[in-house]
Amino acid sequence: MSSPHDAPVAASRGPVEWPETLLPQVQDILSRYPTKQAAVMPLLWLAQDIWDWLDLDVMRLVARTIEVPPSQVHAVASFYSMFKKAPTGKYLVQVCQTLSCALVGAEGIIKHLEKALDVDAHGNSKDGLFTLLRVECLASCGSAPMMQVNEHFYERLTPETCDQIIAGLRSGKPLSLPRPEVDVWTFPVS
Amino acid sequence: MDFPRILSGNWETPNSHTLPVARSLGVYGRLEKALRMQPTEIVQVVKDSGLRGRGGAGFPTGMKWSFVPGPDKRGGKPVYLLCNADESEPGTFKDRYCMWKDPHLMIEGMIIAAHAIGCKVGYVYIRGEFRYIYDRLWEAVHEARAAGLLGNNILGTGVDFELHIHLGAGAYICGEETALISSLEGFKGQPKLKPPFPAVEGAWRAPTIVNNVETLSAVPWIIEHGAAAYKALGTEKSPGTKLFSCSGHIRKPGVYEVALGYPMKDLIEKECGGLLPGRTMKAVIPGGSSVPIMTPAEVYACTMDYESISTVAGSYLGSGGMIVMDDTTDLVAALANLLRFYAHESCGQCTPCREGCGWMYHILCRVRDNCATAEDLVTLKDLADNIHSKTICFFGASAAMPVQSFLLKFKADFIARIEAASKGIASGTHIAPPSPATVGA
Repeated sequence: MSSPHDAPVAASRGPVEWPETLLPQVQDILSRYPTKQAAVMPLLWLAQDIWDWLDLDVMRLVARTIEVPPSQVHAVASFYSMFKKAPTGKYLVQVCQTLSCALVGAEGIIKHLEKALDVDAHGNSKDGLFTLLRVECLASCGSAPMMQVNEHFYERLTPETCDQIIAGLRSGKPLSLPRPEVDVWTFPVS
Repeated sequence: MDFPRILSGNWETPNSHTLPVARSLGVYGRLEKALRMQPTEIVQVVKDSGLRGRGGAGFPTGMKWSFVPGPDKRGGKPVYLLCNADESEPGTFKDRYCMWKDPHLMIEGMIIAAHAIGCKVGYVYIRGEFRYIYDRLWEAVHEARAAGLLGNNILGTGVDFELHIHLGAGAYICGEETALISSLEGFKGQPKLKPPFPAVEGAWRAPTIVNNVETLSAVPWIIEHGAAAYKALGTEKSPGTKLFSCSGHIRKPGVYEVALGYPMKDLIEKECGGLLPGRTMKAVIPGGSSVPIMTPAEVYACTMDYESISTVAGSYLGSGGMIVMDDTTDLVAALANLLRFYAHESCGQCTPCREGCGWMYHILCRVRDNCATAEDLVTLKDLADNIHSKTICFFGASAAMPVQSFLLKFKADFIARIEAASKGIASGTHIAPPSPATVGA
């Protein structure tokens, strides 16, 4: 599985502009910081929400908005792993493989998901629904093993719960809410 | 041991993240008192309390605040307060709960801290993967703003403070304070040389204080109960309570708040429910993946405070991210796992770190796969020694310390692999495989 986050920028979709309705949001972002440069990350996030992934034309739009050379925006977009430089499946499944998760079976979960989603060497499923990635620590070590599907955390995974989650996603069922509350253990004062 | 739950006391109350519930639990109750105090008075109280930075370095918070130059020495520059919510040290997951369950406590702490250092605009830098918490923080900011707790003339005290939430995008290094500042300014998250320290010249070259979520969340309690009450908790040099993120081979992983100085053995055996049946302890990483590993003997002799872990085990309390490993763990694979993390996350600025982390990872893959030689261990040790303290930021040392400590305290595990390789029990390939380690069960 290679990462779409690390991939070189793929095809271009042609020049883009901010949708009219989102211009107030662009202005709001710009107003939060003393320099325009500082708006680069929030604007890249906004762009990724709109266009799903960032190609050079989107980066040029962000560069025009904050009045810097496009190369500076590209430098930022390529440094941060969560900015997508290539398209992914509808559901981006990121499984943590760092130590705390590895200690309690992350590798088995990844192998199970590879099979269940039937992904190719790039982690993409044939139906275009899923992209499976190995990622580093997502700060959910107390509820390991875990994965993040788009924005949502799924924790204390077993092969069985993985199957249920995948079945839910395939049937178009909305993603459940993140649920850190179940993982807080009441502290017994001794 | 009896002590108040300063940081996690509100977590079990339903909807503790909403303003009405938070207020009913006492959040913002200390704000008016604090805002009517002189800034220097607040700094002194926090100094006297002995509160230390909870992000990992353990630097005294009040002292950090006192480094901000006075209004007449700033040349008209503003002061910025940044809350470090980038929580990305493997094994650490406490700030996530602080922000999810009690965001208003953190905001109250930020308003008080901002008043103490003369800051009018602050930012919370939260890691990109916490996008759902980012949304919750904005909700909390809007609630607080509507209630007159943020903005101009807060509670009629004449104090102004505006707060913005800034979403990161997946870079471990942005938890380092100068990298966090670079990132906030809109650049690659690469650390800067110190001095100048951020308190003098930080974000946009203005005086900047960077504090961890947990540190700021402790401030309101200190204002309410006073420095002496806080100092009465914990140990003399490590006062107060701390959140510990406990993970790995334990029955009840989770976040626990205990007073500093709590026996490590009790934390593992009582709070965390001990190890799984029939297992024995192999090793513990006490404060996030970057700190030196500890042997069971050291674990039993240690208390959870900055001094004990350092003097007994030569390790650090760090962020309080404790990873427990039992006898089923393959420590060679565990170390290879960690080095893959560091090789992936190096910002690439300094050669020893950029090249060295990947090199160490590749050697460890060879050791793990039974195809290393005795020379490889010498090279590994040599690399770690030459990365530690030879880089702009502490990342290099953070990658070197696990290697150095694993090799020092668990050398036999590594030697056994080398011997297996020499007998031709090679199971791997000399080309470092991209596949990660399978560690433990």
